[in-house]
This record gives sequence, structure tokens and C-alpha cells, in this order.
Amino acid sequence: MRRLIYELSESWKIALAQMQANKTRSMLTALGVIIGIVAVTLMGTAITGIQTGFDKSMSILGDDVLYVSQFPWTPMSDWWNYRDRKEIKTEYAETLNRMIAATPKSNLVTAVPTSNITRSVKYEDNQVSNIFVQGTTADYTLISTVDFTAGRFFNDAETKSAASVCVLGYDVADALFPSGSSIDKFVQINGQRFKVIGVGARQGSFLGLFSLDSIVIVPLPTFKRFFSAKSESDVRVKMKDKTKLVEAKSELTGLMRRVRALPPEKKDDFNINEQQAFKSTLDPVKNSIAIAGLFITGLSLFVGAIGIMNITFVSVKERTKEIGTRKALGARRRTILLQFLIESTALCLLGGLIGLSFAYVLCFAIGKALPSFPIQFSAALVITSMLVSVLTGLISGFAPAWSASRLDPVTALRYE
Amino acid sequence: MQSANMRPFGPIVIDIENITKHYVMGEETVHALRGVTLQIHRNEYLAIMGPSGSGKSTLMNMLGCLDTPSSGRYEFNGKDVSSMDGDELAEIRNKEIGFVFQTFNLLPRSTSLRNVELPLIYAGIDPDTREERAAQALRDVGLGDRMHHKPNELSGGQRQRVAIARALVNNPSIILADEPTGNLDSKTGEEIMSLLEILYEQGNTVILVTHEADIAAHARRSVHLRDGLVENDTLVDSVGLESLVYT
Repeated sequence: MRRLIYELSESWKIALAQMQANKTRSMLTALGVIIGIVAVTLMGTAITGIQTGFDKSMSILGDDVLYVSQFPWTPMSDWWNYRDRKEIKTEYAETLNRMIAATPKSNLVTAVPTSNITRSVKYEDNQVSNIFVQGTTADYTLISTVDFTAGRFFNDAETKSAASVCVLGYDVADALFPSGSSIDKFVQINGQRFKVIGVGARQGSFLGLFSLDSIVIVPLPTFKRFFSAKSESDVRVKMKDKTKLVEAKSELTGLMRRVRALPPEKKDDFNINEQQAFKSTLDPVKNSIAIAGLFITGLSLFVGAIGIMNITFVSVKERTKEIGTRKALGARRRTILLQFLIESTALCLLGGLIGLSFAYVLCFAIGKALPSFPIQFSAALVITSMLVSVLTGLISGFAPAWSASRLDPVTALRYE
Repeated sequence: MQSANMRPFGPIVIDIENITKHYVMGEETVHALRGVTLQIHRNEYLAIMGPSGSGKSTLMNMLGCLDTPSSGRYEFNGKDVSSMDGDELAEIRNKEIGFVFQTFNLLPRSTSLRNVELPLIYAGIDPDTREERAAQALRDVGLGDRMHHKPNELSGGQRQRVAIARALVNNPSIILADEPTGNLDSKTGEEIMSLLEILYEQGNTVILVTHEADIAAHARRSVHLRDGLVENDTLVDSVGLESLVYT
């Protein structure tokens, strides 16, 4: 054991001396690994970034909220079967709330209606189009974690009285009021004047598809008065206990069938969506992107590994006589094997470290230049890429190291 | 008829009985050794001589446990080495044999001290003891002031001294010197030969492999090989005169 430790420390010294003696060669060889590690690490950061963005988007949906909608969120190959369904009415929310209140030990807490439409929003000369205008009730705060940079959400009284008030998403406020506060100012939606009472905090985009900050929320009765045509509605229902998803879902299904007065032989003519189902649909897609990405970048690392293998073979060839001498002096097969494995590993580790620093700088630069690009550098990533470097070194060095360890001492000593 | 200054031999170190070695080279089988029997005692000074192709190098490889015989028996200090595997032989080489090569075979980028330490690393000796023993070995060969020099900063004779220090550092049973003066001028060669003489006087067993008669003349016994067989095996007195046919 002690002997192994001495051999290992000796091998490290040889490896470092070897790199120092062949600086150019070592750097060129390490370059392959550097590129490989940069590629793999950047891909890794992108994948973690996508994962984080995905999780964040999912958390916006809420893991304890069920969505009663006309269409399922999962991909449908038979959309025509859903097209003719009756649309979801916002009034269902009230009925559902009464039913929930009447059900002892219900797994549901409250139902909140939302209606959506896309409109332009104007303030003086500034105008933003394609804004998601959403009508809902004051209960919206119960099912969603809305943070405010300024002001507040509308209350029950404002809802019931169909007040012309609105809450602006972060981007809308930013675009309409580039300088100064928007609170108590009047914006125009569809020619109607709305008083701004709150501005939401920045939420980012949902899966990069649409911004959650390009939204204006108004009381539902107000919404109905001005925008009811072509709006789409759903009812969001908060669960009491998110671990009882199945129970909550079946309870809500039962309630909705009563609301729709469906006879037992008829199929559901609505869908109850939740984050989990959405996640399980998207997860395989996300995973295949990750695998494909890692595979492609892995190829560049593979090329780097071939470079290391090649240079280790050259090194073994060049130092055949030295190997013979070492064997004559009592180096065992293991000793020689370790020596060359450590040389190739040291090269890969050098490449890995340099590559990682490059990747870090690049990540930092990308993060600065494109804040919306999901990229994340983590300790786990550092450890992983170091392990990958070591592993690359061991694998690529194995064949040459093995051949060196098997050299016949007589032949090796005679080699010129 | 042993001369007066001939010391009595110690116990047997190397006991070879009827060993052969053949190599297959393509279609042809080369019989390098055709049945060599040889006993070497502790504290002998022996020269193995012979023209090229006589099997001299092959015998040296056998004696140095770098290679195993095709047939025959080889006992080193009573241990049968003819059937040992590579790692077991490495162990024997490390502990029992000190090699001195014609081309010195020093590691070019390591200092004298590090070169001499090498066998001790493979023996699993701790770093402090290693350095101490290597330094002592270098002082013993008169290179106490060249410990931190690299081979390219040393003369040929000094390099060979480093190699001899390396051969000695593990207190081996035999010192096996293969043409130790082959790459040196005659004056430096003589210096190296006197160093080997001193080592012999101090009680070491020295085996010289050479084709030069005047180098071989330093030994007390010479074994001549021809065509893979021992042609003659003679004891030589200290002034180099042939005195007795051995065996």
C-alpha cells in the first residue's frame, strides 16, 4: 500500500516534469480536451438553465391548482373531438364554490374564474399591442403568488362593482411608463379607460413561449362588459393538499359533471389540467434535447480524448528505453501502467481546468449579454466536468499505458 | 593451485543448470543458449566474455532476471526464478540485482539524487530514508558534490558513477555491469574499473559482461561463451594471469 502511494506520487512528479519538458506538445494536446470541456460544460449549463426555467415556469402554474378548460394541455391528435365542446363559463366558478362549501372534507378550497383576450394597451402616445388582458376576481390572489413592485391587486368591492381598474404586468408598465410611476394613471384598453392600481413583479416568460409580464389584469365583470367577445375562459381550482392530486381531480370531475349535468353514460366534455400532466408530457422532450446536446458536444470531447491517446502512444514509444530501465530497476507492470495513466490524466485535467475557466468566463459573458438566455454555472457542474476530465484521461490513456506495462524489459532496454 | 591472494568463495548466489534459450524469428528458431551450467558465489568478480552472437547478452539477461530460460533451472539465492512471472522477476531485480549499463540509462530530466532514488521508490522505501541512502550511495562513488546535477551536466565517467550508485543503493546480491566502459574513453574506463574493483574488495559480487579482454582482465574469473555454450571457465589471479581451468 505504502509502495503504491510512493509510486503514485512519483508518477505525478514524472507527469508534471513531462508536461514541463514538452510544453507546446502538451498544450496542443490539451487543447482538444479544452474545447471538449468547454463545449460539454456550456451544454451542461444550458441544460441546467433550461431545467431551472422549466421548473420556474411550472411553479407559475402552481403545483396545487387544477385548471378546468375546454382543451387538454397534453398534445392531442384528435383536436376536433374537443373543438365542439361547450366552452367553459366563468359562472361555473360560483357554482363550484357553492358545491365545495357544501361538501364536507372537500379536497378543494376555492374556484376562481379567468377570461383572456389579446388587446392593445395605450397610455398617451405609448402603445403596446398583443397584450394578454385577463379578467378575474379578487380571489385570484388566493391561487396565484402575485408579487407587486407597486400598488395592489383589486379587491372584492372593485370586482363586484365592475370598477375600471387594472393591474399591469411588469413589461407593460415598463413600456407605457418608461419614467415615473404608473399608479393612478389611466391607460386605454380598447378605447376604455382603466385606472392603474398595481404593477406586478417581473416573472419572466413561460417556457420562453410568452412573457408573463405582458399582461393586464382587470376585474371579471369589467372584462365581460368590454371584451366578452372571443374571449377564452377557464376556472382555476385550488387544492387543499397537493399530495392528494388524484382525489382532488376526481372530486372536481364529479362536480363539473354535475355543473354540466352530464348523464353517467356521457363522457366528460371538459378537461382538468394540472402542472404534473404537463410536466410529464414535456419531460421526455426536454430529456431528449439534453441527451442529444450532450452527445453532440461529447463528440468534441471524444476527439480530444483521441488526441490524448495518440500523444500517450507517442510518449510510450519515445520513452521505451526509459521504460526498460525502470523495469530493470524493479518497476512492476502496475508501476508503468500507473505512470502513463497518470500522465494522460494530468493532461486531461489540465485541459479540463483551462476549459472550465473558459466556460466560466463565457457563461458570465453570455449571462451579461443575453440575460434571458437560460444558462447556469453550478458547483455540481464543476465537479462533474472535473470527473469527466479524469475519466477521459483514464480511458484515453489506458491502451498506451497498458501496452507500455506489457513491454518486455529486454526489448525495451535494447530499443533505440 | 589458487593463488595466495585469492579469497575463499562465499555461498552460492547464482546456480544455473543446463539452461537454454531459443527465439523464434519468423521461420527460423535461433538457439541463443544451448545448455549453460554456471555457479556464481558471493563475492566473486566474474567476467562473461564472448564474441557477438555467442549468447553473451542472452546469458546476461538471464542472470539479470530480465528474461526467463526456455528450459533448465535457475536458482537465485536458493529461489527458483526460471518460472517466475514478470512482477516477481521485477521484485528480484529490484532487491537483488544492481544494473550498470553501457549507455548509463539515467533519466535525463532527473538529478543524480533522483536517479539513484529510483530503485528505492520501487522498493517502497519512505522519502526521507530514500534520500539519505541515495545521498550516501553517491558519496560512496565520489559524487557527493554532484547530487543535484542532471545527467547532461555530468561527464561520461560521472554519469556511469551515478549509474553505479543507483546499482548499489538497494544493497543488491550482485552487480551486473554490461560493457560498463563501452561508452567511455580508456582513462575514464580505467577509473570506472577501479571503482568496481573497490566495490569487489568491499565484498560485493560483480559480474562484468564484455568483449574486451583488457576489461575482462580485471575480473578474477572469466567465462567464455561461444555459440551458446560455455567454451571455458577460468580463474584468473589478481595480476591477470590465467591460473586454473575452473570446472
